[in-house]
Amino acid sequence: METTVAHLKRGQKGIIKEFTENLLPIKLLELGCLPGNVVELVQVAPLKDPIYINVNGSHIAIRREMALHIALDIIEDNVAI
Amino acid sequence: MSKQINVALIGNPNTGKTSVFNQLTGLNQKVGNYPGITVEKKEGICKLPRGVKAHILDLPGTYSLNTTSLDESVAVELLLNKNDKDHPDVAVVVSDVENLKRNLLLFTQIKDLKIPAILVINMSDRMSRKGISIDIDLLEKKLNSKIALVSTRKETGIDKLKELIADYKNLSKTQNVDTSVIAPEYFAKLRETFPKEDVYKLWLVITQDVNFMPLEKKLFKDASSFATKSKSELKRLQQKETILRYQFINGILKETYKIDVNAAKGFRATLDKVLTHKVFGYVIFFLILLTIFQAIYGWSEYPMDLIDGFFASATEWVKDTLPPGVFTNLIAEGILAGIGGIVIFIPQIAFLFLFIALLEETGYMSRVVFLMDRIMRPFGLSGKSVVPLISGTACAIPAVMATRTIENWKERLITILVTPFTTCSARLPVYLIIIALVIPEGSFLGLSYKALTLMSLYLMGFGAAILSAVILNKILNIKSKSFFVVEMPNYKLPLLKNVGYTVLEKTKSFVFGAGKIILAISIILWFLGSNGFSDEFKNAETIVTNRVNEQGFSSSSEIYFETHQNGLDINDPGATDQQKELEERALAQEIAGYKLEHSYMGYMGKAIEPIVRPLGYDWKIGIAVLTSFAAREVFVGTLATIYSVGNDEEETIKNRMAAEINPRTKKPLFNLASGISLLLFYAFAMQCMSTLAVVKRETNSWKWPAGQLVFMSLFAYIVAFIAYQLLK
Repeated sequence: METTVAHLKRGQKGIIKEFTENLLPIKLLELGCLPGNVVELVQVAPLKDPIYINVNGSHIAIRREMALHIALDIIEDNVAI
Repeated sequence: MSKQINVALIGNPNTGKTSVFNQLTGLNQKVGNYPGITVEKKEGICKLPRGVKAHILDLPGTYSLNTTSLDESVAVELLLNKNDKDHPDVAVVVSDVENLKRNLLLFTQIKDLKIPAILVINMSDRMSRKGISIDIDLLEKKLNSKIALVSTRKETGIDKLKELIADYKNLSKTQNVDTSVIAPEYFAKLRETFPKEDVYKLWLVITQDVNFMPLEKKLFKDASSFATKSKSELKRLQQKETILRYQFINGILKETYKIDVNAAKGFRATLDKVLTHKVFGYVIFFLILLTIFQAIYGWSEYPMDLIDGFFASATEWVKDTLPPGVFTNLIAEGILAGIGGIVIFIPQIAFLFLFIALLEETGYMSRVVFLMDRIMRPFGLSGKSVVPLISGTACAIPAVMATRTIENWKERLITILVTPFTTCSARLPVYLIIIALVIPEGSFLGLSYKALTLMSLYLMGFGAAILSAVILNKILNIKSKSFFVVEMPNYKLPLLKNVGYTVLEKTKSFVFGAGKIILAISIILWFLGSNGFSDEFKNAETIVTNRVNEQGFSSSSEIYFETHQNGLDINDPGATDQQKELEERALAQEIAGYKLEHSYMGYMGKAIEPIVRPLGYDWKIGIAVLTSFAAREVFVGTLATIYSVGNDEEETIKNRMAAEINPRTKKPLFNLASGISLLLFYAFAMQCMSTLAVVKRETNSWKWPAGQLVFMSLFAYIVAFIAYQLLK
């Protein structure tokens, strides 16, 4: 299974690789959620949903179903970026 | 008259756009709706240097010109439509210094429409704390635009902005990004087909309905049919456009924008850790709710009592001062009572919106949405429905108004429709008197039956709201994108000015919006209650006076005397005077009761008696149910008038109600069965014209309030019917 934003642990970061669903809302992109950008998981609500992320300086909350469509490479080393 | 400049304020949400608007216009602003839709329209007038005047329009917040909601499409349509009377001569794009990159996306789009644009970089007071430095001159050059560095908190930079607006003719109209590179052939074809139009504008028109519903494309009828690409293809192109713009912006900011990442970042993170914590987050939210409740119930009691007292004495005064007659009665009992019924809600509405504005301004509201979203979702609601539902326990009117923050129309509509089920404060007087009458003494696990009944009524209200949300979610076939992207803004100290404006504006829109309808219905109710066609009505004074002379006072007046004669010393010479005064009052009350019985309203009550009889009510309760359609709390007052007892003496009303015998069953009229039936009826029925008026205003159609009225009343009737028949 592909690693996505939904798989991040709190405080963990990743670099967005691609969207596995073509019809993600344009609003998400406009807020800076673009391939190549770094995304950090800030907080997860109970039942793992919604998910609070910091991407490219934008702090946003998205629902889990959407997070599952944002594939990424986890940055294992927290000091890398 | 010199020409006014049209200025449009546009920007991302949470950039302090409203603060800029407030500073430009001060109190010279008015809030209305765009014709035909419920999007709020804020406009104001601003005096600029050199005697120029500007009309400022505060457009709904948007992240880009790719619309995803009604609010955003209003903004876009205005920018595209040159014939609109508000079409801007200059666009002021408000951005915030910390999210400049994201804000520039919108700015470049507006530049590409060739609308003269000024970039406002707001919250500049945060720069040093956040370790940000910007090369403004270079940025201006790169963007081919003028920039105003503003801090609305420190009130700096506004003069420069005014100067720039006044000088709008010298602003450059060059484009920033050449969008056609995302699909060169497609754009070439567009240019060929519509040689007179600007391609970027065409492109925006074509893509508007990709994410949302179609705009009214009066201007470009042909352009909208220029659909040589499928929706998903267009959408992919939009994504490409976004990426293209970010490339341009990143390139520029690399040279002009420096941020020291090590500078204070901790405050937000620490607060978030606590406020969105799995346990503490909810505890804090609960405590904040308690405070709001306390304010709405407790604190607003004092101003409400004052208002109540004021209108009572104003009514007295009018009756005493003006010559008696129909006109005086209309003023005293129709108009004044109606206005009183509106004004009495102001403290609660003001308090609620004070708190909502504070929570919004500080950025806390987004955290509540985050915490509650998953819990609300199974019911077809969203995290943003929480605040309206909770506010509903105070009063459904501000609660329905508070649903404006929900972007998803279906979720918003469901929230509006179910909110009136929650137990509002107007139900309390009804509940309290009926519970006192019919629920027996005794306790269960240390809680009295009476308290338990009251609690169950609250729980039932919430239950009914949630249950109907589930049903509506199933049956409402509304297509609206159910995406959920909520920005979590940085925490800020609230600007008191902004909070004040919000409270003022919401209160005003209630008073003048819903107020008109409440006033109209109050006058109708007054007319029906104080006019009649029968001889009994016309000769009420003589009939009642004769009856009293022949048969003495009625049993209700006897009770009235008993409660008031306590402590009256018969040997005291003043006692006879007092006794006389009591008798006079009792007579007046009996006449009023007799008149009401034979007024139009009285006949209506008798006409509906067959309908309410299966619920255990007689015609008198029927009238009270009818009149309390104006507002639930009117129930107690109406019964007081019917039973001819003074309005202000609750104890007497209770005694009088307890003594009332049902002529059919020969048992007390208010017994456990009819009492429970009444409680349930009031718990579920849509007995509030003010709420209906607000729902009409917020949904812009009579369809929804009418459906609400029918559904809730039927539901209430059936439940009350079952309860009475089972308990009887």
